[in-house]
Amino acid sequence: MDNIAPSSVTRMMLNVFYALIPGIIAYVVFFGWGIVLNILVAIITALVTEIFMLQLRKRPIKPFIMDGSAVITAMLLALALPNLAPWWLTFIGVSFAIIVGKHLYGGLGYNPFNPAMIGYVLLLISFPLEMTVWLQPDSNISFSQNLNYLLHSTLNNIDAMTMATTMDTVKTQSGLGLSFTTIQSNYPTVFGQFAGEGWEWINLMFLLGGLWLLFRRVINWQIPTAFLVSLAIMALIFYPSTDTSPMYHLFSGATMLCAFFIATDPVTASTTPNGRLIYAAGIGIFAYIIRTWGGYPDGIAFGVLLMNMAAPMIDYYTRPKAFGES
Amino acid sequence: MSLFAKYKFNGGLKLAGHKKISMQEKIADATIPAQLIVPLQQHIGRVAKPIVNIGDKVLKGQCIACLGDNKNNTVTAAIHAPSSGEVIAIEQHVIPSMLKQTGDCITIKTDGKDTWHNDINPINDPLSLDNDSLKQIIFEAGIVGLGGAGFPTHLKLTTKNSNKEKPIDTLIINAAECEPYITCDAALIQEQATRIIQGIQFIQHALKIKKCIIGIEDNKPQAIKALELALDDKTQEQIEITQVPTRYPAGGEKQLIQVLTGKQIPINKLPRDLGMICHNVATTYAVANAILDGTPLIERIVTVTGDNIEHPKNMRVLFGTLMSEVLNSCGYTESNNQDIIMGGPMMGIHLDSANYPVIKTTNCILVKNNKTKTDPLPCIRCGECARVCPANLLPQQLFWYSRSKDYDRLQEHQIFSCIECGCCDYVCPSHIPLVQFYRFAKNEIWTQESDKKISDHARERHEYRQYRLERKKAEDAERKAKKKALLNKKQGIDTSADDAKKSAIEAALQRVKEKQTAVPKNTSHLTVEQQKKIKEVDRRRSNKINPAAIDTTTKNTIKPKDDNNG
Repeated sequence: MDNIAPSSVTRMMLNVFYALIPGIIAYVVFFGWGIVLNILVAIITALVTEIFMLQLRKRPIKPFIMDGSAVITAMLLALALPNLAPWWLTFIGVSFAIIVGKHLYGGLGYNPFNPAMIGYVLLLISFPLEMTVWLQPDSNISFSQNLNYLLHSTLNNIDAMTMATTMDTVKTQSGLGLSFTTIQSNYPTVFGQFAGEGWEWINLMFLLGGLWLLFRRVINWQIPTAFLVSLAIMALIFYPSTDTSPMYHLFSGATMLCAFFIATDPVTASTTPNGRLIYAAGIGIFAYIIRTWGGYPDGIAFGVLLMNMAAPMIDYYTRPKAFGES
Repeated sequence: MSLFAKYKFNGGLKLAGHKKISMQEKIADATIPAQLIVPLQQHIGRVAKPIVNIGDKVLKGQCIACLGDNKNNTVTAAIHAPSSGEVIAIEQHVIPSMLKQTGDCITIKTDGKDTWHNDINPINDPLSLDNDSLKQIIFEAGIVGLGGAGFPTHLKLTTKNSNKEKPIDTLIINAAECEPYITCDAALIQEQATRIIQGIQFIQHALKIKKCIIGIEDNKPQAIKALELALDDKTQEQIEITQVPTRYPAGGEKQLIQVLTGKQIPINKLPRDLGMICHNVATTYAVANAILDGTPLIERIVTVTGDNIEHPKNMRVLFGTLMSEVLNSCGYTESNNQDIIMGGPMMGIHLDSANYPVIKTTNCILVKNNKTKTDPLPCIRCGECARVCPANLLPQQLFWYSRSKDYDRLQEHQIFSCIECGCCDYVCPSHIPLVQFYRFAKNEIWTQESDKKISDHARERHEYRQYRLERKKAEDAERKAKKKALLNKKQGIDTSADDAKKSAIEAALQRVKEKQTAVPKNTSHLTVEQQKKIKEVDRRRSNKINPAAIDTTTKNTIKPKDDNNG
């Protein structure tokens, strides 16, 4: 009984859940309990809106709640949000993802766009201020402080503790004409060993969880490989002019989360073996372009949504030859 | 010595075999039942016609149904009495078939004497016979492929080949038996290897080919051993035993050929187009029996296995024996929550009861306790199905297009390459019964195409008739004009120009008239009864007071087939 993927949707989602845990732990270590609170708010919102929508669409509730897809959507969106997020931010993002991103298109299996990324992009465009309030890594924020911020959006000495993320810093500073090395020496706390402080570890942990998912055959190898390779190649090509190394790009922002957990969403990705390569390479290229020359610090969400649009066409042109087909 | 296969096929599954269950005992003879219900169609092709009447006494091995024209290139197979007795009914009964629920069956009340018909003649020197005589023997013995499809064997004994440059030079014997639970071929090989080799030699002789490869899965060491022992110095040179890795569906004809030879049979081609012919191993045994003993195909080895069976084993069962009797003789206890399957768990036919007769293609009767069925969830396009598909298809896309009834896209995605092996069903995390969707879509496409053919044919006939009538009119007019001209000439008056005009007007008028009466020609291909009904309807309509109701075009609404049956 080898080579068989987990035989139910529920078990697949459960595997994804487990694989996210190391990354979440790294998050908590560097940025405190905020992320866990966000995830909880997101999951509760997702379950409530999912039940509401299922009831509205007259679908059976139990099997569709048990499949776990809503919980995974919620977790992925929460992981993409700043660790200091007021509850309503998460609430708006997740409910939009579930209602518009998923159910208005027909629910599980029918949504053309990755629901978590739909929710994320909505928030990014609507609430740019809230979406950029990040805690400094290692800022020793207490659980009650986190809870307070979640409920009332206030924090003592908030200015001292918040800052832009590594990618945001690089983006704004290089926008001012500074070179990457100057930025690095100007903002030493933002950078770690080879990428952003804290972020490199979080990415490493997501990589670990992702490799486990690959091993468990929950995800295929084509999407993570093509995405990471195309991102690295783009970074390598433009290394001389941008000063940002492939290593920096691979271990910053949401790279690993995207490679193994977001781009691999089977419903919205391309489904043929070669199509997956093209699809994921496209995300890598778009992500790099937006990161480097676009208006946002990270371009993964846009890259995913753009390639979601192209997936049906990619599938059509990459159908493998059938047995005996010439 | 046996060899190992060098090639492999894409996809497929490693399944738990469950083969030991039914291999504990030797092949047992089933008792002759009091009644045999023998279906007239146990094969692919035309249904055999009964040649006995109710009340007739029949003897074992006597032909009781065939097509009568006795041509050994017809797609059909003769049916013989499996035991002696009296014909007591010729009527419809449920039959185990993917296509039909019921079929005509001849019911024989057995007399228990099992007396052979005296027309059973062993052939003394079979290797001196030519291809046609051997084919005739196989045809008359009613032998069909015993692997499961039931394709008449005599048709696979011709050396005719569409590809003249590639003569048929390889015989492939399918002994893979890749489905879980089934062991009838393995058991037969273990006990009758010598006969099987003889059968292979006869087929080789009929086809005039030297090379033969027996493909067998490597989970049957005893059967492989038996085959090796059955080969002598002479046959060893010609017959090659090749072990193929145990991987479902290695026994699919196309998959086996790829594993053994590395060649893929192109879409819409047959193995013979690549110079190969493939027979099932049990078929070769039936061929040997027909030649060496003169016995027609009246029984076969059936694996009886699964849950709730006390003594699972292989049995030699007469065709027409009810499955319930076979099951009972193996100590079967009925329970509510179980499936009775003819064939294996992957491709077998699920039956609603055990009240079905054993037929030529019954390789296994499998009883499985129902697991609690999970309702299918929507497809999440994970692509597991595509990874295991041995036909390299995209089952997830086929599913999508089947549901949206996009038949053009389905054909573009090669739905007809699907061998319905069920691998996609097996791995689907959403538990979607994919193969059912494909089977339905294939049927719909076939129906649409035959409907289109019928209406095209009708239209062509109509158009030709129009053309014929007009030609006749023109010819008549011409002849008349000529005659008149001749007459006028005789009388010395020249009115040719006037007459030509007149006849042209006349012809045009008649053409219009003709057109008006000849509108509803697309009903002309209907059966007599349907025509009658249409006429009746027309009559009723014309009786109505409102003359507008007599609209000839309304006839067009009656179609040969109801389109909304999907």
